[in-house]
Amino acid sequence: MSVDHATVRKIASLARIAVTDDQVEAMVPELNNILGWIEQLGEVDTSAVQPMTAVIPNVLRLREDVVTDGDVRDAVLKNAPQAEQGFFTVPKVIE
Amino acid sequence: MTNLTDLGIAAIRDGFKAGDFTARDVASAFNDAVAGAKALNAFIVETPEIALAAADQADKDRASGSLKPLSGVPIGMKDLFATKDVQTTAASHILEGFVPQYESTVSGKLWNAGAGMLGKLNLDQFAMGSSNETSFFGNVISPWRRNNGDTAALAPGGSSGGTSSAIAARLVPGATGTDTGGSIRQPAAFTGISGIKPTYGRCSRWGIVAFASSLDQAGPMARDVRDCAILLENMAGFDPKDSTSLDLPVPNWEAALSADLKGKRVGIPKEYRVDGMPAEIDALWEQGIAWLKDAGAEIVNVSLPHTQYALPAYYIIAPAEASSNLARYDGVRYGLRDLPDGANLQDMYAATRAAGFGDEVKRRILIGTYVLSAGFYDAYYTQAQKVRTLIARDFDQAWEKCDLLLTPTAPSAAFGLSEKSDDPLAMYLNDVFTVPTSLAGLPAMSVPGGLDALGLPLGLQIIGKALDEQTVLNAGLAIEERAGFTARADKWW
Repeated sequence: MSVDHATVRKIASLARIAVTDDQVEAMVPELNNILGWIEQLGEVDTSAVQPMTAVIPNVLRLREDVVTDGDVRDAVLKNAPQAEQGFFTVPKVIE
Repeated sequence: MTNLTDLGIAAIRDGFKAGDFTARDVASAFNDAVAGAKALNAFIVETPEIALAAADQADKDRASGSLKPLSGVPIGMKDLFATKDVQTTAASHILEGFVPQYESTVSGKLWNAGAGMLGKLNLDQFAMGSSNETSFFGNVISPWRRNNGDTAALAPGGSSGGTSSAIAARLVPGATGTDTGGSIRQPAAFTGISGIKPTYGRCSRWGIVAFASSLDQAGPMARDVRDCAILLENMAGFDPKDSTSLDLPVPNWEAALSADLKGKRVGIPKEYRVDGMPAEIDALWEQGIAWLKDAGAEIVNVSLPHTQYALPAYYIIAPAEASSNLARYDGVRYGLRDLPDGANLQDMYAATRAAGFGDEVKRRILIGTYVLSAGFYDAYYTQAQKVRTLIARDFDQAWEKCDLLLTPTAPSAAFGLSEKSDDPLAMYLNDVFTVPTSLAGLPAMSVPGGLDALGLPLGLQIIGKALDEQTVLNAGLAIEERAGFTARADKWW
């Protein structure tokens, strides 16, 4: 499988990364080079193999259903590029 | 008086305890070394005042008889660990200026153990790289140079390149690293130091900037095996805040160190003899086999048949996880925001991420997005996870015949900056020996074995069974005692 210009634009859009025409031009062969190399995995017979889910056996713990955190609004907002009146703010969204 | 910056972790801890010097003397000496080594660009942020404050506390604790395990020991912190009130960037523009309001579990444990922080160490951006050339804050330079008069800047390895460079240049006696596909072991090998990636789950990932969560694991890097054991004891341990943290006691690795390998079987995997590997690395491997035999171990040949598929599987799994983890950088909650005139919310996301991420990070996010996208998920991601099962099974089968494995750490000595940075694939191939262990979650360590003809360090890798860091450290010690590696980079910076 290989990617073309339209596919690169599509995945960049899915990944929310703005790309210029020049960047797309450069990325197509670069990504195809990597994807072509990855293709070799297709030769491995995995018909009787389960995909890995955990490298070290571990149980997913449940914790007590209690409040352990909170009341730290200012700390949460401290690094926001723009915070007003106790909220994160974003450009106006009109649907 | 000895030069305090020539001392390692154990020597500082013990000398300080014995009253040979004050913690302030130690911190000041390392602060001076850090300040005098700007040419290496090993640090993103220097924190001399934090190192001094911890030292003053250690001096008080010594006076009052309440010493902690790392009292008096200053260390470096890879800038992937969130440190409260100290900028944490993952070497990315997108996090420039981010000042965490919390402390990562691992760094917090080290400070609670009495260690002080000399600064935040440079790395490959989001830990994605093998040469420290993807940092937004500039390349880290290795203190090592070739001995043929060539003064070309060499790569300190990556992604923990600031860590490896700082330790090799004796700017810090030890420091933290993180390892996703080799990011502790390969830079340790490139700079003639030691480093161990413990079993996945030993060290909490909480507060470490995430790259590929099923692979990321913190570990120590230092000048020798004992120092690694000391630091690891103070980094590991159960953390309820990390769902993959192992709820197990932390062994006393330092106390149980022993270079006697009688009764241990060392496996030599034939698949690690790759085409084009320099003869010197092959020779060092043979030498390492002889050293372990001399330490009492029995050598057996083993096969890890799926080794060649580890790298391509890794370059599906790691980017897939990265594309998901890095979705959080949206220009809303923290970090960079790029808001072009008239931009809507979607435009802001895309502009912010275009401006904030470096080329390699974007490349991996795009690969990850592609392999997870509808129609391709099974062919790429599911297949890679199945191959990962086979790679882990290879190791399980090897453990029927042996207790540990010995391999080279990297297929070459340190290369020059920009020698590989134009070819992502060539760079990826540098992790050929370290990635399989990461995919299987096993503990592995690199120790220096010798120098190549150009005077550059070469490392040997020891891989152990899950949770058997002790045997890994012991074999590392056996090699260290026999290699007698004392070479260090001549100071030019």
